[in-house]
Amino acid sequence: MHPFTLERPPDLAAALTWRAQAGRNDAPAEYIAGGTDMIQLLQEHVRRPERLVTLAGLLDRRIEIGRQGLRLGAAATMAEVAAHPGVVQQFPVIAEALLNSASPQVRNQATMGGNLLQRTRCPYFRDVGYGACNKRAPGSGCAAIAGENRWHAVFGTSSNCIAAHASDLAVALVALDAAVEVRAPQGRRTVPLNDLYRLPADTPHIETVLEPGEVITAITVPASPAARRSHYLKVRDRASFEFALVSAAVALDMKGPRIRPTRGTRHGVGTKPWRVPRVEQALAGATLDPAALRRAAALAAEGAQGFGHNDFKIVLMQRAIVRAIETLGARA
Amino acid sequence: MTRFAPTRRELLKLGAVTGSALVMGDAWPAPADAPQAATAAASQSAEPASAPINVLLRVNGREHRLALDPRTTLLDALREHLHLTGSKKGCGLGQCGACTVLMDGKRVKSCLSLAALVEGREITTIEGLARGDELHPLQKAFIERDGFQCGYCTPGQIMSGVACISEGHAGSALQIRDWMSGNICRCGAYDNIVAAIQDAARATRSTRKG
Repeated sequence: MHPFTLERPPDLAAALTWRAQAGRNDAPAEYIAGGTDMIQLLQEHVRRPERLVTLAGLLDRRIEIGRQGLRLGAAATMAEVAAHPGVVQQFPVIAEALLNSASPQVRNQATMGGNLLQRTRCPYFRDVGYGACNKRAPGSGCAAIAGENRWHAVFGTSSNCIAAHASDLAVALVALDAAVEVRAPQGRRTVPLNDLYRLPADTPHIETVLEPGEVITAITVPASPAARRSHYLKVRDRASFEFALVSAAVALDMKGPRIRPTRGTRHGVGTKPWRVPRVEQALAGATLDPAALRRAAALAAEGAQGFGHNDFKIVLMQRAIVRAIETLGARA
Repeated sequence: MTRFAPTRRELLKLGAVTGSALVMGDAWPAPADAPQAATAAASQSAEPASAPINVLLRVNGREHRLALDPRTTLLDALREHLHLTGSKKGCGLGQCGACTVLMDGKRVKSCLSLAALVEGREITTIEGLARGDELHPLQKAFIERDGFQCGYCTPGQIMSGVACISEGHAGSALQIRDWMSGNICRCGAYDNIVAAIQDAARATRSTRKG
């Protein structure tokens, strides 16, 4: 790790000020909460802040469920949320996405806010031995496009970056129309999670719409019948403790044998959690007939662009969508 | 607490002593430990130091006041400053689990926490598991089931296994494998590790009933 000063501010307002003064790019000040991703980035010299500002003890960690839905304090850990009976019962896709993430130890440490803001697992981003990475060093190029790109995105890419988004949780939350509450030195705002993430375009190093000094303080998820019947399917190289190659978050509302307007997101395939509106539309009013499901899922491939090693994802994600819906259909 | 600067030989001796409490005699891989410690020390000294900060750590029921470089991870504080070398440094990136300790009763990877940010938390390391000479049931089970070869991952496996049992995630071999996936064993002693955890889980359940 490069040397840094550790700031332990007395309250959130003080923490926001430290970061707000630091500016946006290659920030000389960074936040640390659970630390499970930040420590890796510091150890690998991917991030070299002059100042590390801890949010430990400054953020809400409550998990609340009411008639309107779910509210997760940003400091709630992955393990706490995954084990919460109300989450398991009314928002199973969230619990499943969390239990399929990381390891039991990391789930005890990592927080909701940090999970949403974790950096990509693109090996060229994580290894400073590679000179070219626009996300790490703007303007240096992208080593992944012509390199080993088995893990990379097939949607939302640009000629500057094809790194896949790493959070399983974010995919589940986008499928449920979640939003994040954001606090800034000058106030607060609410951002739909789907709008939090930016596409890489020409500035892959700027990953979210958060301004310097803004912090996610909570996640809100509206209650819905579909949320109760939701599922996260993760396809990966080993059965546990592995990032996704492809995953599907599906929330299904059934009226008799027919699917009501439904929601799906896919992961491992996009530079941000990737909604599939064409598939959602095609499924509305359909039955769980396998051939119909396959036809609808095929629409997910529209606009997908493989880079060689990751071409298989375009087929695999269609099968993941079908499997996830069939699993839910069988879950009466 | 007074700081002392142990020589390499003293460090190895310490490792062997703490090790013997756990796995008996010369099975402890002191040589495997040495290059790791040397590498960690070298990588630290290659960079300029940050100004030290005061940190109060609670480990195995005792309080320790330390002046630490803010970059010091909990793992490095345990090993290099408190000389509790039972917790092992494998990857330093949260991938191998050799550094697993309990924090307020929950298992965590000590390489992914900064020591200064876990003030006031109750840390339990492998050295704090036995009660005097009486080994923890899972320590005994690892010996009986031969749950290791080189032994380097063993302290992390045992700390993680203790939590796996107390969480109620040791119901079947399959469940244990899933909930122990944060601990890698390069010798491939997994079958015996799972058997040891099953034994200890059964012993814990029967003790609770009794």
